[in-house]
Amino acid sequence: MAEFLMPSLGADMEEGTLVAWRIQPGDKVRRGQIVAEVDTAKGVIEIECFLEGVVEQLLAAEGVTVPVGMPLARIATPEEVEPGTPRSPSAQPKPVQPKAAPPEAIPSSPAQATRQKVAPRARKRAEELQVELTRMQGTGADGEITVADVERAAEFPAPPPTQQATVSTAADDNHGPTRLRRAIAAAMARSKREIPHYYLQTTIDMARATAWLTAENQSRPLARRLLPAVVYLKGLARALRDVPQLNGFWIDNQFVPSSAVHIGFAISMRGGGLVAPAVHDADSKSLDALMADLQDLIPRARRGPLRSSEMTDSTITLTSLGDLGVDAVWGVIYPPQVAIVGLGRTQLRPWVADGELVVRPVLTATLAADHRASDGMVGAKFLEVLQRQFQQPEEL
Amino acid sequence: MSLDVAAIRSEILKGLQRIAPEADLGALNEDEDFRRALEIDSFDFLRLLTALHEQLGVEFPEADYGRLTTLDALANYIAGK
Repeated sequence: MAEFLMPSLGADMEEGTLVAWRIQPGDKVRRGQIVAEVDTAKGVIEIECFLEGVVEQLLAAEGVTVPVGMPLARIATPEEVEPGTPRSPSAQPKPVQPKAAPPEAIPSSPAQATRQKVAPRARKRAEELQVELTRMQGTGADGEITVADVERAAEFPAPPPTQQATVSTAADDNHGPTRLRRAIAAAMARSKREIPHYYLQTTIDMARATAWLTAENQSRPLARRLLPAVVYLKGLARALRDVPQLNGFWIDNQFVPSSAVHIGFAISMRGGGLVAPAVHDADSKSLDALMADLQDLIPRARRGPLRSSEMTDSTITLTSLGDLGVDAVWGVIYPPQVAIVGLGRTQLRPWVADGELVVRPVLTATLAADHRASDGMVGAKFLEVLQRQFQQPEEL
Repeated sequence: MSLDVAAIRSEILKGLQRIAPEADLGALNEDEDFRRALEIDSFDFLRLLTALHEQLGVEFPEADYGRLTTLDALANYIAGK
């Protein structure tokens, strides 16, 4: 039996309100299936299940606000519902017994119900931070308490048990831009408090990329035209293959590289704020596939719903503010990522090519990276590799 | 194609309202850069043109994007097609 917990959908999330269940007791669930909708500071998110099995019991009612790490549902894992191992020798095996929940499975006292699993590193970190482990809920595998859980608990001490689940009312003011603003404030303040950023900048000749894109779009109908953003995404993803030191997470005081390249693409919200949902596997997608991804992702980012994997999978962030007419943007890293790449607008500028003064479309690219995870050498190599990507746009 | 400019304008405004539901389009001047005024990024601009293409059958070569910045310019461009 496994518990499906309220997931953390980002460094800034403390709790979520269960808007709707998409599953019922007795339903089979598979990994990646959308099982619930949860309202967060970043709007309603579709929550994907990371367990496989049969839903035994839903532990949270719709409309209830649940802290990150609290159980939402109990799911019988495949071994438990194996047809070959009936629970009673005489009766037909029943797939689920929703009414037969053992009395200890009361959501408000989960810590007493099961033996606590704590990662050794998390225990050490809890001592350092003087965090009480007894009342904590883990978000790791099988509910194991992770270092991230401990650090979150240190930052946001748990409210008394009576307040752990609250029904939100219409009077709640935690909707819309104000709440998103607060979430951004928390994440960015944490970033600047914890991450020693270093910054590099380079100017990239975009003549080839611009000419290639213009020619490509000339032969395409409106609905199939490509935006510069997909060229940026692909170029960045390719560059990260050569410089993997910037692609991944800072966890437990060390850099954990990611083999997949999921680019958080910063999308501004009408009415203020921004979200950066993941464009998955950007390194292996064609420009057309990336364009289709953006066409799906941008409206959902603005009007919902995004999916939980899109909120949590990003291994780096790209912010492209060229539309706003700025020359350059220096980003603030979204923890636990270790880098953010900023692209300004492409504009005509005097440029020296082969000793001649010419006019070229150029772009200022910046990198803000976590100095705990990498050094300026790595960052410089990355910008050079990125620059080269845009000189062979037909290869992207 | 000779479309009525008023009808074209109303299609443009409908498209803009879909993109910027919260905007007061009555306050938008005919000769104002609507992308700037309504904070319409290149993605939303492409969506607007795609919608107008579907509704009115007009082609918008990318080379002309730069000219289509105001309500007047966009409506006249479509009317002239």
